[in-house]
Amino acid sequence: MTQIHRSNRGGRIDRSRELSFTFNGKRYTGYAGDTLASALLANGVDIVNRSFKYSRPRGIVAAGPEEPNAVVQLGASEAAQVPNVRATQQALYEGLVARSTNGWPNVQRDMMGMIGKLGGSFMPPGFYYKTFMAPASMWMTYEKYIRKGAGLGRSPLESDPDIYDHINQHCDVLIIGGGAAGLAAARIAADSGARVMLCDEQEELGGSLLDSRETLDGLPAPEWVSQVVTELAGRENVELLPRTTANGYHDHNFVTLHERRTEHLRDTAPAVNRRPQARSRLHRVRARHVILATGTHERPLVYGNNDVPGNLVAGAVSTYIRRFGVVPGHKLVLSVSNDHAYRTALDWHESGREVVAIVDARATSQGELAEQARALGIRIINQSAVIEAKGSDRVTAARIARVDLDAFCVLGHEETLSCDTIASSGGYSPVIHLSSHTGTRPVWRDDVLGFVPGDVKGMTSVGGVHGVFALKAVLEHATEGTRRALEAIGFDGASSAPRLPDVAERREAPACALFQVPHVKSAMRAPKQFVDLQNDVTAAGIELATREGFESIEHVKRYTALGFGTDQGKLGNINGMAIAARCLKRSIPEVGTTVFRPNYTPVTFGAIVGRHCRDLFDPERYTALHAWHVEHGAEFEDVGQWKRPWYFPQVRAGAVSGERESMAEAVARECLAVREKVGILDASTLGKIDIQGPDAREFLGRVYTNKWAKLAPGRVRYGLMCKDDGMLMDDGTTSCLAENHFLMTTTTGGAAGVMEWLELWHQTEWPELEVYFTSVTDHWATMTVTGPQARKLMSEVTDIDLSPDQFKFMDWREGNVAGIPARVFRISFTGELAYEINVQANYAMPVWKALFEKGDKYGLTPYGTETMHVLRAEKGLIIVGQDTDGSVTPEDLGMQWAVGYDKPFSWIGKRALTRPDTARTDRKQFVGLKPRDPKVVLEEGAQIVFDPEQSIPMTMVGHVTSSYYSPNLGHGFALAVIKGGRDRLGQTVYLPMKDGVVHEAEIVSPVFIDPKGERQNV
Amino acid sequence: MFHIYCPYCEEHREEEEFHPRGQAHLQRPADPENCSDKEWGDYLFFRDNPRGIHHELWVHSVGCRKFFNITRHTANYEILETYKMGERPSITAETLAADERQSGVQAASGGWQTVGARPEDEALNTEARA
Repeated sequence: MTQIHRSNRGGRIDRSRELSFTFNGKRYTGYAGDTLASALLANGVDIVNRSFKYSRPRGIVAAGPEEPNAVVQLGASEAAQVPNVRATQQALYEGLVARSTNGWPNVQRDMMGMIGKLGGSFMPPGFYYKTFMAPASMWMTYEKYIRKGAGLGRSPLESDPDIYDHINQHCDVLIIGGGAAGLAAARIAADSGARVMLCDEQEELGGSLLDSRETLDGLPAPEWVSQVVTELAGRENVELLPRTTANGYHDHNFVTLHERRTEHLRDTAPAVNRRPQARSRLHRVRARHVILATGTHERPLVYGNNDVPGNLVAGAVSTYIRRFGVVPGHKLVLSVSNDHAYRTALDWHESGREVVAIVDARATSQGELAEQARALGIRIINQSAVIEAKGSDRVTAARIARVDLDAFCVLGHEETLSCDTIASSGGYSPVIHLSSHTGTRPVWRDDVLGFVPGDVKGMTSVGGVHGVFALKAVLEHATEGTRRALEAIGFDGASSAPRLPDVAERREAPACALFQVPHVKSAMRAPKQFVDLQNDVTAAGIELATREGFESIEHVKRYTALGFGTDQGKLGNINGMAIAARCLKRSIPEVGTTVFRPNYTPVTFGAIVGRHCRDLFDPERYTALHAWHVEHGAEFEDVGQWKRPWYFPQVRAGAVSGERESMAEAVARECLAVREKVGILDASTLGKIDIQGPDAREFLGRVYTNKWAKLAPGRVRYGLMCKDDGMLMDDGTTSCLAENHFLMTTTTGGAAGVMEWLELWHQTEWPELEVYFTSVTDHWATMTVTGPQARKLMSEVTDIDLSPDQFKFMDWREGNVAGIPARVFRISFTGELAYEINVQANYAMPVWKALFEKGDKYGLTPYGTETMHVLRAEKGLIIVGQDTDGSVTPEDLGMQWAVGYDKPFSWIGKRALTRPDTARTDRKQFVGLKPRDPKVVLEEGAQIVFDPEQSIPMTMVGHVTSSYYSPNLGHGFALAVIKGGRDRLGQTVYLPMKDGVVHEAEIVSPVFIDPKGERQNV
Repeated sequence: MFHIYCPYCEEHREEEEFHPRGQAHLQRPADPENCSDKEWGDYLFFRDNPRGIHHELWVHSVGCRKFFNITRHTANYEILETYKMGERPSITAETLAADERQSGVQAASGGWQTVGARPEDEALNTEARA
């Protein structure tokens, strides 16, 4: 296929470099410098997609990020699939593969389009809600097909082969937009010595200057641009970022810039020197000042069938002609409300193709450009507009008529002009999206016929986005605004101000306010007049919404989907608001605008995620003994960020092919080993906080529920920590190392939270206490040796006197273990005789190995967290966060023995224990459950009822918090919280399960083994 | 994302280094044993939710670990001041209102933070509305 719409000369493309690409499976060629959109237009591809709701054929209408139709799926391979790419923003490269996201079996012959034609008038706004919501249970079924029909691209099914980077940046001045205003701002900012970043979303800097007819200092605008860019690129204090979109403007001048580094080269990032390079970068910029120079988007007019391929925004036509050497048709009708858009007729005419007529809604056309058009013999029809396009797959004619804008009606003088292209311009909407991200409401300006940014601290808007449109005025405005901003942040703007280039001043007649063009029929009966092409929102739809009572523009938006999704209202928002305002008989500022939200254009997940994926998604913490666990076949469990051995499956005895034990088998073996012989646990992950200072003891007394006044050096105590609402938040042992020196242990998951909690109370409530906290979790490795043979094993490796009267339960001693200095604590989380050995983490491995050398003959068995859980539960020992949930008091747990009611200071949580709610006797209390059927292991979280016959909803009286099979007891057992449970020992409760089975269980004491604690105290 | 000046480190740092800890200047009753259930409940459960100036407790959790206070506007997120533990704010809803009266410029700040916090406490609500 030849490039039928490519002109013979002109454009910023390299005609010596042909590039081939495929679109919907068909092969085409374009040139280096093309966008996918310009290449498609050059090849005469009219239909690029089917519309979202009505499946109407759609063509390219714009040349930038505001393009609503040419949203394509990119990627030659499955892994390289990228949805939601605007063809207007995608540079062409050799071998590019793109598809339409909508249309089945293809965009030329579309099934849904037939349905849309038949059913179009039966699909008003709210159609899906109204039609498919009842019965509610069927929505899931409908939704699947509706979403498939809508076809908004798809995500790849394979893993992304590329890497992405995040960069944190700081600068004095961030300039967003590299057009005339942005470049003028950059010049003065660069000269002032400030650190400047300039970003622009297009392939090259220059913005509208790249297709401008103007000259600067006698140079054609694009040449002036390259001169300025060269000058800026040479400055050390300036970072230029083309292909970089400022996507989000967040609090305190934090702006995220999405820099696409390789998207213009290939669908996956090519390697450089065989090293992968980042496909894109997300710059996280903290700017002292932001210069918003985002310019404008030209508004199309809203007329009948304005979505038929061949209807374009006027400025886009000029862009395609002047930048890409593409004239997207043969015969043009131009419908305008302003002078500036006349340039499109001049550009078209100069390309040697026919301008059928310029239809101007104003009574007269007296501006400079209009005079030039007239001089070329172009027909100008005043006080008129295109009211309807004719054609189905491509425009065949424009129906024009005289219109009365104030009365909103057609005055007759109808004419049908044969043409294949209709370009329209209803004025220029400032691109205020970014300033709106900050939460600032934009301000309507009648003279601009658009919203301009409201005041944002640390931001200056310059040029088009501020409603300044003429080139000379833009350059002056940007330079002056930036000068003032520089001075405000302490740079000398005045002396460094560069000379402004010579630019001709153009005489322009004022524009008129034209949004929706009246039709001879009412909006409801006229051919569809599209406002938001991407979301298929029509003028009639907005009118209907207002008639149905939606008056707030936010409600109209949600009812009609105006400005939704990846479009974010770039082309349609102002037109939609103007139509709502007309219907509601209010002014546009009274109707107001909806809020634009990040992101401005879609950002790939890869760019958002950066390197924080796979192994780097979340830090993993390993204990000093991790390598040993891996070597010995441990299965691991995530506890917070820690990797803890869960259980150690061994090769089954007598297994021929080396199968390993199941989890249940391994846990049963480990449990029996601890109760009958000796086991060892890596408990290094427990939080450890070193507490020192003359007031350390007093402080402990205030943050723990129990007493610390008399804990002597060498002794250890278990403590409960509550919040001031009386609910348990953490538990652990604290050892007295010396009179003013303690070592607190916390739960593994609670370590950081407890540390902050202690600091909070010390710094905010009791700063007069002299006490210091240091986290030492990582400094010490902890090995728990526990079981009846523990003492014998320990005696072989330590010089500490282990005799029961010298080293009692809840004592700690200092000494050597396997020749390494150690602290040994006689505390027990299993109910067996236990020694917790703490050594400096770097020495843990030799100590651990020495224990195994000596331990073989005692049957030393490593065990993991699952066995630890079973053993502690058999003893009724709680795990905070499993058996408690932030609504459980020490009294609910039956742990009054750990509550110092008579301590002099009103410790944290004490007062709350006597509040009426915490003092209730029917609170859920901690008990044990013994299932009637010994084979049953109750489900953790299962709800408990007293009366299984009660009809649903049943009265739930508690739930299972922990449940295991106990190889020591020979039956399943559980821990639970049950209303008034402690007074119900021996009673039967019921646990109705989802599958209809109702388990029976007896309420028993939570201590299942050795209630007197004789085994740990030998 | 906030840019927060730590009054102890004396420099601006990213929000990721900090944790918010709720309303600042909460007074734990000096004698908990002798305060009423209602007083204790107010201390435990009831917080302001102003549209406008809010004094907040933050901690520089992965920095100096110090707690400090932030005066923040809850509508536009502007941080007007940060100050150390034990200090009083120099900018409050009252000083701002006085400034506005003087300058004749009215900022969009609310003075109705306690209204509705305790629907049953008619007196408090009436007073705040007045």
